Amino acid sequence: MNKNLTCIECPKSCELIVDIENCRVVKVSGNQCNAGESYCLAEIENPMRVLTSAVLGEGLALKMIPVRTDRPLPKAKLLEAMAEIKKIRINKPVKPGDVIVNNFLGLGVDLIATRECL
Amino acid sequence: MLEKDLVIVGGGPAGMAAAISAYENGVSDILLLERDQYLGGILNQCVHTGFGISYFKEVLTGPEYSGRFINKVKAIDKIEISLKSFAVNLTKDKILTFIKPGLIQKLKAKALIMATGARERTREMLHIPGARPAGIFSAGLAQKLINIEGLLPGKEVVIAGSGDIGLIMARRFVLEGAKVKAVIEIQKQARGLVRNVVQCVEDFEIPFYLQHKISRIYGKNRVERIDVARVDENFQEIAGTKFQLECDTLLISVGLIPENELIEMAQAKMDKKTNTPVSNELNKTSIAGLFVCGNAFRIYDLVDSVTKDSVLAGRQAAEYLIRGSGRTIPAGLK
Repeated sequence: MNKNLTCIECPKSCELIVDIENCRVVKVSGNQCNAGESYCLAEIENPMRVLTSAVLGEGLALKMIPVRTDRPLPKAKLLEAMAEIKKIRINKPVKPGDVIVNNFLGLGVDLIATRECL
Repeated sequence: MLEKDLVIVGGGPAGMAAAISAYENGVSDILLLERDQYLGGILNQCVHTGFGISYFKEVLTGPEYSGRFINKVKAIDKIEISLKSFAVNLTKDKILTFIKPGLIQKLKAKALIMATGARERTREMLHIPGARPAGIFSAGLAQKLINIEGLLPGKEVVIAGSGDIGLIMARRFVLEGAKVKAVIEIQKQARGLVRNVVQCVEDFEIPFYLQHKISRIYGKNRVERIDVARVDENFQEIAGTKFQLECDTLLISVGLIPENELIEMAQAKMDKKTNTPVSNELNKTSIAGLFVCGNAFRIYDLVDSVTKDSVLAGRQAAEYLIRGSGRTIPAGLK
C-alpha cells in the first residue's frame, strides 16, 4: 500500500511516497534528505511532535516564559501535556535550555525554557 | 548635533544581524534603536519551532534564534543599544529623530540601516462587509496576546486566510483549549508552508476551506457568526454555496506590509504597491547611505534568509562608510 505524506522536518515540505506493508514502512521516496525517512517511520508507526508553549512566570520580568520539549513526544499526548503545562509556575530566573520539568509526564523528554527571563 | 557613523532602526533579527556584520566589517560607532523594551522583534512571540534550520543547521524556536543574536549584540561594546526608542522622523540628509521616555533626540547618521519589519494586513483591507464587533484580531496580535501577555482572545475561532502565522495560531488556539472551527482561504492553495498545513491544521482535524471567502460578519458587541461562500476563478461568490459558522473570534492572516514610512519621509523612491523602496540592488534605496533590510525590504518566508541578507546590509553600510572616509575597501570583508 502506498501513502502520501508531507514531510514537516523543514520548510522544504517534501512530498513523500511511503510504501507500507503489514503496517511497516518498507520504502520511502520523494525525500531530499535522511530526515524524510525517519519522519515517515515515526509518522506511520507512532507520530511524534515537539511541543512548544509558554508557562506563567511569578515575580519575574516576563509574564509568560516560552518553553518546549527538548525532543518530540507522541502526538497523541499533546493535549495531556498542555494540561500539565497550565499547572506549572516559574518563579526563578531562567536561561534558554534550563530544564523546567525533568522527564515530563514520564515520557522521557524534558520541558525546557527557550528565552532568558530575569 | 550628535553624530553617529551608523544608526540601525529596529532590534529584530534583521537589525541585529546588520549591526553585528557592520561591526565585523570595521564600523566602530553603531547605535541600534529598538522601540520595544527587549531586543528580538517579532521572534519573541514566535514560540514555535522551525527557525534556524538553514542558518544554524538546527531546529530552534523564535526566542532561541533571536536569543543567540541578542547575546552577540550585547557582547559588542561598539554597538550602543537604545531600547524603548521610537524613530519618528527621517530627512534625506539622514537626520533622524527618535523619542524615548524622557527624551527627544535628533542626530545625524553617516549611514542608516532601516530594519523596521512589517505590519499585518487588516480586516479593512479584505473589504469583508458586515458588523464591526469586538473579536476580530490579526493573527500576530492574537499570537502576542497568548504567548506574551498570557491572555486567550477567544473560545470559538475562525481563521481568514492561510498565511503561516494564521496556521501556527490555529494549532496554538487548539492547544490552549479553544475550538478552531475553520481556516478559510480564497486561493486554490494554502498561502503558508505546506508543513504548517500538515502540523497545525491536519494534525488537529481543523476544516480547511480552499477557494472560499468570508462574505459577512455578524455580531452586536462581539463576533457571533460569519457567512462563508465558495468562490469562482474570479473570486466571486458562487450562488447557493453560502453557509454559516458560529464563532466569537475571527483571525485575519492575509499577509504582511513592509513598514517604510520613515524612508518615505526622507523622500526615498517608493513602490506604492508593495510599500518597499524602489531599488535595483538588494537592501539599497534611491538615497546613498540609506539601506533597508529584512521584511522592510521585502517579505521573507524564513528568518534564516532575513539573517543572510541583513549580514550583507551590514557589510554594504560598512563599505559605504569606508568609501566616504576616503579609504579603500580592504580585501576580505565578511
